[in-house]
Amino acid sequence: MSIYRTHILVPIDEGTVQAGVFEVKRTLEREIRERGLEGEVRVLETGTVGIVGKGVLLAVYPDRIYYSGMRPSDVALLVEEHLLKGRVPSSLKHAPLDLQDGAKVLHRTGLTLPQKRVVLDKAWKVAPDDMREVLASGGYAGLERIVADRMTPEAVIDEVKKSGLRGRGGAGFPTGLKWELTRNSPGGRKYIICNADEGEPGTFKDRLILEGDPHRIVEAMTIAGYAMGATKGYVYIRGEYALSIERMQKAIDQAREYGLLGPDVLEHGFAFDLEIKKGAGAYICGDETALLESLEGKRGNPRIKPPYPVAHGLWQEPTSVNNVETLANVPGIIARGAGWFRTMGTEKSSGTKVFTILGHVEHPGLVEVEMGTPLRELVFSYGGGVSGGRKFKAALLGGASGVFLPEGLLDVRMDFESLKENKAVLGSGAVLVMDEDASIVDMLFSILKFFAHESCGRCAPCRIGTRQLLNLAWKLRRGKGRETDLDTMLRLAELMCGTALCPLGQSVIMPVRSAIEYFRGEFEACVKKTTEEARV
Amino acid sequence: MRKEMNTQEILQRHGKGADELLGLLHELQDAHERHYLPPESLGAAAEHMGLPASEVYGVASFYTMFSLKPRGRYIVRVCQSPPCHLLGSTDVSRELVKELGVQLGETTADGMFTLEMSSCLGVCGVAPAMMINDEVYGNLTVARIGEIIDEKRSAT
Repeated sequence: MSIYRTHILVPIDEGTVQAGVFEVKRTLEREIRERGLEGEVRVLETGTVGIVGKGVLLAVYPDRIYYSGMRPSDVALLVEEHLLKGRVPSSLKHAPLDLQDGAKVLHRTGLTLPQKRVVLDKAWKVAPDDMREVLASGGYAGLERIVADRMTPEAVIDEVKKSGLRGRGGAGFPTGLKWELTRNSPGGRKYIICNADEGEPGTFKDRLILEGDPHRIVEAMTIAGYAMGATKGYVYIRGEYALSIERMQKAIDQAREYGLLGPDVLEHGFAFDLEIKKGAGAYICGDETALLESLEGKRGNPRIKPPYPVAHGLWQEPTSVNNVETLANVPGIIARGAGWFRTMGTEKSSGTKVFTILGHVEHPGLVEVEMGTPLRELVFSYGGGVSGGRKFKAALLGGASGVFLPEGLLDVRMDFESLKENKAVLGSGAVLVMDEDASIVDMLFSILKFFAHESCGRCAPCRIGTRQLLNLAWKLRRGKGRETDLDTMLRLAELMCGTALCPLGQSVIMPVRSAIEYFRGEFEACVKKTTEEARV
Repeated sequence: MRKEMNTQEILQRHGKGADELLGLLHELQDAHERHYLPPESLGAAAEHMGLPASEVYGVASFYTMFSLKPRGRYIVRVCQSPPCHLLGSTDVSRELVKELGVQLGETTADGMFTLEMSSCLGVCGVAPAMMINDEVYGNLTVARIGEIIDEKRSAT
């Protein structure tokens, strides 16, 4: 389509920004201009490759080479050798790039592991703001199929149901069913809402999906709108995610220009439009009913359920609230069929999952792999193992409202069922690794501090419970705890689980129970220290 | 006078539907030189929307991105999420308190810096992290804090 002989992709994420990607890019553009290559080589900003902490990355197409750790001073050599003479300079760090699997990471173990990229497929290959490239690379193919095959809304819902797609925001509710319930609820106006209020500590997948491939979300929401009979959709994005908001707004504007949004989508007699709403900093708004309140311009207090949003959602109208990653799966399901989707993952957890691997690991970053991939593989293969060659102690799965898993459970498979069997949750897909020197007592304290700060204060069990738990953890951490404190903490968290209004208060039991169950010795050591000191 | 015009302009850009309130408060705050929502801004928003002032105050005080106190030219938001905590955010916060001479939630006497905590900035790949206004600073070490703050000080 283009006359350029070479494209250089410049992935932008917080890791490359920290490493000075913009200066490298400026130098590259200047160098290309000075060498008179402007007409032949094109430099494009893309979303993340998923590798964090490898410095500035540059991917050269169609040569399929990516460079890492690039500094402005390396650029002249790259232009001279690679772009002019056509050879890869050996003094620069480089590796082959796989078009299907993304940048394979060479690990200490010598293993390279392919990812299974579906929702992140285009995130690093295509400039998110270049509409022609987006379309040429298969963007809006799902929407096209609906028009070409004259799929009815029911057929679309049926396809999503057959795919077995489940919510990727944490709860794992079947997406097709949610859409069907919304469609079948009586109400004048219906709404589709994309929940991009990503606040779970350790999770940043939704931000990178939005930054890397915003058109995928526009397409997915248009499909959802058609399926449910909604004419309006909202994307509720965290206020802190400036780049996500910017790229999403641009995608919406472009889609309108191309007739993919508006009063007559693809001249198919169906009206649909999108609007971005910017959050203002509240973890609780990740809960769908709190998010609805916030969208309506109120304090983000969760609503009492039932009624559920599918019947009484935004302005009391039927509403489907879906996570960014969930929606990102929809275009592929419609374009390629439910059967294709089911070839990935496990029987009850089909498809892929994006995980963010962090903490004490060699290669922090995000990977997309099939559901059911063992935790051990995520930590030791994709994550490159525990940093500094130290021993593994625990992984906190699913963020603050997740669970601590000890070494003995490293072989658990990362899908909804396997994790549930082990009293764990997939949650948002955050995998926070802790090495042998990490203190579980201290980490639990940090989590409880988070909850105490983020509890919205509406219901007493959560408002008071989070504070009491924090006080107890604080005492333990300072070596001032009592033996009975552990049971008090468990009892309190259980009480909150049964009485709190929303998932925030209800899920505090997850980290508390797993920390005390698997690492009781560490907590008891804190108590023991206290009793011994008291005797002295 | 100029600021008054500005507030009017912002109000005119927003409809009167309640769902416009958060966006309106964001813009009013961004337009204020001290990055906050003074009572006049809240009052103007309430009047524009036809809402009780108490309700607008309730909304503004609920969300952490809104401030009801004047803030400095640079807003330093240090992340204290569990991933950042694991990788040393406590030391980073302590160093910031020392370097700036203020506690969390306070503004330096010269009106230059406000130090705030964040529950999670969503940039966990480069933990421990902080943001200064819209810019992310990651992989922080205690040693780098002085450097970064000095750079901001001398930029003015």
